[in-house]
Amino acid sequence: MTAYLPSLAGGMLIGLSAVMLLLLNGRVAGISGILGRLALGTQAATNAAFVIGLLLGPPLYRFATGQWPPVTITASLPVIALAGLLVGFGTRMGSGCTSGHGIVGLARFSPRSAVAVATFLLAGIATVTLMRLAAA
Amino acid sequence: MNRFAQIITALAAGTLFGLGLAMSGMLDPARVRGFLDIFGAWDPSLAFVLGGAVTVALAGMAVLKRLRRPVFDEQFHLPATSPVDRRLVLGSAIFGIGWGMAGFCPGPALASLSLGLAPVVLFVVAMLVGMTLHDRVWLRRAG
Repeated sequence: MTAYLPSLAGGMLIGLSAVMLLLLNGRVAGISGILGRLALGTQAATNAAFVIGLLLGPPLYRFATGQWPPVTITASLPVIALAGLLVGFGTRMGSGCTSGHGIVGLARFSPRSAVAVATFLLAGIATVTLMRLAAA
Repeated sequence: MNRFAQIITALAAGTLFGLGLAMSGMLDPARVRGFLDIFGAWDPSLAFVLGGAVTVALAGMAVLKRLRRPVFDEQFHLPATSPVDRRLVLGSAIFGIGWGMAGFCPGPALASLSLGLAPVVLFVVAMLVGMTLHDRVWLRRAG
């Protein structure tokens, strides 16, 4: 159990971030929405500020713990590029990602978010499983 | 409405979000894919991340119900409750396939840019292209 404590604590910090943005600014902490609106140039200042903060997170973690958080990438560059395209297109089409639907939406008991979360989890599980079988 | 306070709040919330992601281990695509690999060597970490985040968010929702407006704005900007439609399901499925392929969703991909790894930069650029294709090409084509 203690192996999952950093994950639980990290998750609670993420939840706190979402609550802050909601109660103070009245906005949903959905990363695809924030980034998408930034790309469209709407509410540029607040969305840019959030993204800058997001980028500050890992260096702060490094400052506090003395090491960078691990990022292990095994996918090839063409797979990375295709995955990025799909994630960008899909999150905008589905109006949200793991944060907006997965955290704020579920906490609001939104039926749309529940369907979105079930759908992207199932699609993700199917993709990882098929890729593992194909590589075996 | 207080623009300056809104910007500071967004900066602080983003920082907290990035720090939480780094602490949670979810910046690592290998662990995210491990969570999705339920028939293989399953790594349940992401369930704890989501569980912790949703629990805190639920407490926030209880406070929200008592507020008439957010502290720094005139009104809440929450998505209207609309029915589940084809776009939601199709979009989420497309996102899930990309998420499973690389192990990155938008938050961790953006935050890990700070580590300066070339594949992360490629992913984020491709993600922005995908978003722009949807918002500026697909949506306008569909009217």
